[in-house]
Amino acid sequence: MQIEYMGLKDLSGSLIVIEGIKGAAYDEILEITLQSGEKRTGRIIELTRDFAVAQVFDGTQGISLTNTRTRLTGAPLQMPLSKEILGRTFDGIGRPIDDLGPVYAEKYMDINGKPMNPVSREYPRSFIQTGISAIDGLATLIKGQKLPIFSGNGMPHDNLAVQIASQACIAEDAGKNFAIVFGAMGVKHDVANYFTTAFEHSGALSRSVMFLNTSSDPVVERILTPRCALTAAEYLAFEHDMHVLVILTDITSYCEALREISSSKQEIPSRKGYPGYLYSDLASLYERAGMIKGSKGSITQIPILTMPNDDITHPIPDLTGYITEGQIVLDRALSQKNIYPPVSVLPSLSRLMKDGIGEKYTVAEHPEISNQLFSSYAKVQEIRALASVIGEDELSDTDKLYMKFGTEFEQKLIGQGRNENRTIKQTIQIGWDLLRILPKTELDRLSPEILSRMFDSETTDTQE
Amino acid sequence: MNQTASIYGINGPVVTVKDAPWLTMMEMVYVGNERLIGEVIAVHDDAAVIQVYEETSGLTVNEPVVSTGTPMEVTLGPGLIGNIFDGIERPLKSVEALSGAFIARGLRPEAIDMDKKWDIKVLAHEGMMVTPCTILAETQETSLIQHKIMVPPNIEGEILSIGASGSYTCRDTLAEIKTPDGKVKKIGLIQHWPIRTPRPYGRRDPISMPLITGQRILDILFPLAKGGTAAIPGGFGTGKTMTQHQLAKWSDADIIIYIGCGERGNEMTQVLEDFTGLIDPKSGQPLMNRTLLIANTSNMPVAAREASIYTGVTLAEYYRDMGYHVAIMADSTSRWAEALREISGRLEEMPAEEGFPAYLPSRLSGFYERAGYVHTLNGLDGSVTLIGAVSPQGGDFSEPVTQNTKRFTRCFWGLDKDLAYARHYPAINWLSSYSEYIDDLGPWYTENVDPDFLSARADIIRILQEESSLMDIVKLIGADVLPEDQRLTLEIARVIRVGFLQQNAYHTTDTYVPIAKQYKMLKVILYLYEKCKDFVVKQAIPLSQIQKTGIFDRVIKMKYDIENDHPEKFDAVFEAIDALQF
Repeated sequence: MQIEYMGLKDLSGSLIVIEGIKGAAYDEILEITLQSGEKRTGRIIELTRDFAVAQVFDGTQGISLTNTRTRLTGAPLQMPLSKEILGRTFDGIGRPIDDLGPVYAEKYMDINGKPMNPVSREYPRSFIQTGISAIDGLATLIKGQKLPIFSGNGMPHDNLAVQIASQACIAEDAGKNFAIVFGAMGVKHDVANYFTTAFEHSGALSRSVMFLNTSSDPVVERILTPRCALTAAEYLAFEHDMHVLVILTDITSYCEALREISSSKQEIPSRKGYPGYLYSDLASLYERAGMIKGSKGSITQIPILTMPNDDITHPIPDLTGYITEGQIVLDRALSQKNIYPPVSVLPSLSRLMKDGIGEKYTVAEHPEISNQLFSSYAKVQEIRALASVIGEDELSDTDKLYMKFGTEFEQKLIGQGRNENRTIKQTIQIGWDLLRILPKTELDRLSPEILSRMFDSETTDTQE
Repeated sequence: MNQTASIYGINGPVVTVKDAPWLTMMEMVYVGNERLIGEVIAVHDDAAVIQVYEETSGLTVNEPVVSTGTPMEVTLGPGLIGNIFDGIERPLKSVEALSGAFIARGLRPEAIDMDKKWDIKVLAHEGMMVTPCTILAETQETSLIQHKIMVPPNIEGEILSIGASGSYTCRDTLAEIKTPDGKVKKIGLIQHWPIRTPRPYGRRDPISMPLITGQRILDILFPLAKGGTAAIPGGFGTGKTMTQHQLAKWSDADIIIYIGCGERGNEMTQVLEDFTGLIDPKSGQPLMNRTLLIANTSNMPVAAREASIYTGVTLAEYYRDMGYHVAIMADSTSRWAEALREISGRLEEMPAEEGFPAYLPSRLSGFYERAGYVHTLNGLDGSVTLIGAVSPQGGDFSEPVTQNTKRFTRCFWGLDKDLAYARHYPAINWLSSYSEYIDDLGPWYTENVDPDFLSARADIIRILQEESSLMDIVKLIGADVLPEDQRLTLEIARVIRVGFLQQNAYHTTDTYVPIAKQYKMLKVILYLYEKCKDFVVKQAIPLSQIQKTGIFDRVIKMKYDIENDHPEKFDAVFEAIDALQF
């Protein structure tokens, strides 16, 4: 009973134009059959009474104006979902690639999702311990947050993501009901392998869902990969009350795919050739993190992006930073000093941290200690700049202490082992010890009560 | 009326319709079988273009487009305050009741609860001649807001009949007015007004009153006036939203309208939670009783984001007409500009700078010009103050939205990345920010704060500027080589920065500081400076010796040590400065 349309009117890049199509809906999925019997999937991206423009997901090679038949599926792209997806691996548009057969669907969900009502959101407050001091202590990850990692090519962002995923245990449920959804967009095969092996090693594989679109896969599919991943995450979080950590890598490849398609649609470009709707498009991914009142589950997002040329003002990190609730910035200079993870503390920020730390959540002194660490380390940068001009020997005694503080801060607090899992107490203790390097008068962000405990106890380091 | 055309083409939020010559510019239409709300944004000889305020996925060609004959309007009446709406005035709580935690399409709940009973006190009488905006009745909308039922701005005439004081719902008719052309108009508690047309007022009055915010750097250095406009530009993480929240919480406007335009969902949730729990320092009532929220978060449809700014300012003008001082916080106007760009791109218009449409400046000025201190048509004084956050791409203030906003606003609070990195909040840069209102507001400050206010303010600015030029030297050769008096300037500038400009939003005393205490703090710092100058210059006492007394740190800590309602404690600080002896 279904009508098939023979042939095409036009063909360019990954786009096809079909004439005289009846009853098509905007955003609907098409099934395209080639002469050879091969089937491909497409999506309508522009529709008029006379013709429809569609994107073909698996690429247009082998398609001519006459050798295809197109059929409407009657629905936007939907994903079959059930709890079975845990432990499974899918391609970029949600088809199983692990030879375990199709998923028996308990429910089909539209991969575009729907915006969460701000009134229904639960404000995120619970702390997630990642075991990494630079994050836990200074840019704390909160359950339901979206906290991206801004990195660059050649920096260990993948290791960091794996370490966070393996060590993350949510304070109150300690690992129960915890799932990882991993969406890879345009990553290298090796990287995809690295994640699979690493999850296998840490035993996380059985509670993760992988969506892999490698860099040799069709570009158009990349647009759907994060949406499939987030749909799976929403299903696990809000239908099965799970705490889901979504890792998306690499957002830069995703944005480049978006640019490629936008230019083949001949849209007017804005900054650096990216489409004007890049912000809205990214927001439609990132905003799918959060918690809902009355639901036990949560979605926490860690998108990873490589900043082109390490430039934080590039449109991709820039727009991301405006949408996400903070960012963790990796720094090449620290990485070259062999400090892992090379988290550049000053530009890193967690916006939700203020409400999720302190006595009720982490450690009572946490807010003041982290505030003081930031402020003192910012001062270190000024003094280092000065030292590079006048030489370290010419610095005043206080400034020399700052230099010492800076080095130890980087080595002891930021730097840690790739498998080292520190508790928040340990992290705060390290910060506490570091601050004692500095003279008491320099610590203007600490309350008198903490200051006296810090300097008047018997373990006090003496200041020469 | 209600003529129907059918959809010709669909491209994202833009829908085209052919052969519908009756469609007028800016008219509201219902699109498709689900009756999605749309607005006509272009009319050509063969086709009309409609922007749709909801997701268009699943829409098909030939679905109907129904004309309404009216432009995009908002519903105005009691029950708005304390509520949260989306960009086209749909109450999000009702949306939640209809569709759950995720927003579905095609929902059209009433903006105002039509069945809620209001206790109305009628003020007008039969036979009275009324003009636009004449107040007919009033009701207590919240514990803080007395809602005035006004004649709509486009109606005048004689009251034929008016009900007695008592209980009314928004469905009831309150009065009947016979207009000069002999028609009889029924007036209830609610009225409608198109969002893109400013509501009329009597005349504009000159700026004369500051909007006191309780934030030291704003009230003392860069004050904003009631009826004024301000821009807060800053890269991500510099604290735009935080500053907007502080203003919404503590500024002394009667009503706050907070527009979350294309921003984070969690932030709106936070505002909702915080404001419900916070108590207004002046009235002792929950802050939510004077606040109205508009939330069109970044993942909600982009066309509604464009409308949200106008919806907000129209609601503000409505309350202004009742004689209230309304302040709008729009966070962020860049998202609104980007929505314009996105729609413009879909229309294939010729782009100007960075892809923004050429009409960006005129749209911005149209928006900011809706601010003002006015004498309303009914003889009251009211104002609309606009505070727009700007999110410049890459933190670069030379981009078109920041530059054009700068042209149309008179207060510029530039947020600084370096200050934010050092966790100096509010991260407002004191060298690049400015307020053009200081001359207009001078008389108010002289009269209400202190006759010396302006010269004290000038002193502070001078010290900060001196510090900045000294720092250029220090960065090259270190502070040790400076002469003692210049090192004193640096030390005092540090006291100003840390003790005065830095303000802790999470500290119960420091989050809001009354203007009297702000000025006292300023005086203490200047007094300390004078005294120390005496010691250092005339008596040649080394600065380090003064530092050892701890007086500088005592002055820095006074923002925490002295409670807002104990100004007499400043005497002890003055005495401590007097007691310095070497």
